Amino acid sequence: MSITAASGQLDSAAAQASQPGGAAGFGRLMAAEWTKLRSVRSTVWTLLLFVIITIGLTALLSWLTVSNWTGPRAAPRDARVAADPIGFIFGAGIGLGQLTICVLGVLLITTEYSTGVIRASLLAVPKRYPMLAAKIAVFGLLMLVLSELVAFGSFFVGSAILHSRVVVSLSGPGVLRATLGAGFYLTVLGILALAVGAIVRHTAAGISIVIGIVLVLPILAGLLPSNWGAHINAYLPQQAGSLVYAVHQSSGQLLTAWEGFGVFCIWAVLLLAVATYLLNRRDA
Amino acid sequence: MIEVTDLSKRFGDKVAVDHLSFTVEPGRVTGFLGPNGAGKSTTMRLILGLDHPSGGSATINSRKYAELASPLRTVGALLEAKSVHNGRSARNHLLFLAQTQGIPASRVDEMLDMVGLRDVARKRAGGFSLGMGQRLGVASALLGDPQVLLLDEPVNGLDPEGVLWIRNLMKYLASQGKTVLVSSHLMNEMAVTADHLVVIGRGKLIVSAATEDVIARGSGQTVRVRTPEPGRLTDLIVTEGGKAIPAENGNGGAEAPGGQAPVLTVTGLAAPRIGELAASASIVLHELTPQLATLEDAFLELTSGSLEFGHASAQPAGQSIEENVR
Repeated sequence: MSITAASGQLDSAAAQASQPGGAAGFGRLMAAEWTKLRSVRSTVWTLLLFVIITIGLTALLSWLTVSNWTGPRAAPRDARVAADPIGFIFGAGIGLGQLTICVLGVLLITTEYSTGVIRASLLAVPKRYPMLAAKIAVFGLLMLVLSELVAFGSFFVGSAILHSRVVVSLSGPGVLRATLGAGFYLTVLGILALAVGAIVRHTAAGISIVIGIVLVLPILAGLLPSNWGAHINAYLPQQAGSLVYAVHQSSGQLLTAWEGFGVFCIWAVLLLAVATYLLNRRDA
Repeated sequence: MIEVTDLSKRFGDKVAVDHLSFTVEPGRVTGFLGPNGAGKSTTMRLILGLDHPSGGSATINSRKYAELASPLRTVGALLEAKSVHNGRSARNHLLFLAQTQGIPASRVDEMLDMVGLRDVARKRAGGFSLGMGQRLGVASALLGDPQVLLLDEPVNGLDPEGVLWIRNLMKYLASQGKTVLVSSHLMNEMAVTADHLVVIGRGKLIVSAATEDVIARGSGQTVRVRTPEPGRLTDLIVTEGGKAIPAENGNGGAEAPGGQAPVLTVTGLAAPRIGELAASASIVLHELTPQLATLEDAFLELTSGSLEFGHASAQPAGQSIEENVR
């Protein structure tokens, strides 16, 4: 800790440090964001929870359904499962598992504000928006890989357990698209949550808003008068986004699966644009 | 070099920094002094681009912070507020900062060694003491071996050894030709560390001058004299144009207890001249001590009109809501 020792170290490291390049710059920011993400327990635990909840719940519900098949009061349910096995497999698991992604996306940015790390981050990246872009790139890639694993995992676990009663395979019409789509949906949901977190900068508020978008908004929209309420409903983020992992179109559905997913992506992009604008504009 | 030009910052209708201009030269430690709420931290945040100025500008080596190609290699900053995730290890905190600038991981370990955090490098930073947190802050500031350093209250919470370490480090860095701006409300710490002082109050510049000049601007120099013949000496001093007052406290006055000679406080004459006068009149002196005005005195005098939460009598009428309430 002596000053003389420090001087030698400072000089040697100065010589080692290379000059930054333009193209390499973003890769460096991504490496830094990856370090941030993996070095905090809460993110690792939330991701683990996401995998366990989604696949676990799918397995549990599939097993309960099969083991109680055509129970005295379950005939309508069995009919529903038989009619739309993909909807059943992805319904419960993703329905609950997606909440962990909402929480994680918000936490990734709001903890920077609550801990003050944002100051260190912005001192290192004073142009600010590249930091957010790198964070989205890293989280998006991680989510894409993990979500697809979880989506296919859910499908294989669910379909294997249901196999004795309902046969469903990836080659069935729309099944592969729905399974891939489930991963896409969860990835974009995470990015949307991150954008909301960046806008509000507070963990509790951010999580509340995102969960409100996913769970509460569709219920509220359902209360609107049906003739024009249906149009609003169709373009809400969660309603539109969830079409991409559904095989069966409901009657009166206004958007196709990919159109719905497109609407969902537009929501995410709009929120990201607001988040980027505010990030550059506000005092950190 | 840091140049602050006509810098202003308003938060709502509260003015935190008010048309502030000063420069921080390389090769010396510049102390940034002001009472609490004077705008020191805000000024530093403006220089670092964390806050956006309402007017004016701040540049580092003639560029705005946001325009620096590799900011951590140009500027190192230790902010007063904590900026580490409690759940992240010291090493990972430095590592992600290093990665943004393409600084090798080996440099991270060097810095952890240098600040004495090697043994706890992989422990969660949430368990760090205040002093360890400051050491980690210093490590992140020096990570990119920057030419310019901004340190906001760096000795806060440090033990005497840590204070000495920071003091020597700042002096060493300045001696290497680096630009060092260090804010503090500890006047005496600045008196022994800083070569130059920038004093602000209420966001306005009060003085920017060499430390000894700032001290000299404070209350005039006095000399403490102890002599068994205070009456004769007082007469001599008065004829020479000085003033001699018996010291009020302790063993002042003619009836000093315990056989101690009485003490006079002399103003208007320097210690050597008093000694010469006494010698010429064969007056015995038991003590002749120049009393340097402390930086604290000078500081209080300079900022007495600009204390954020000062006494109502020391402020222009209606300056703050708090007073009106009282």
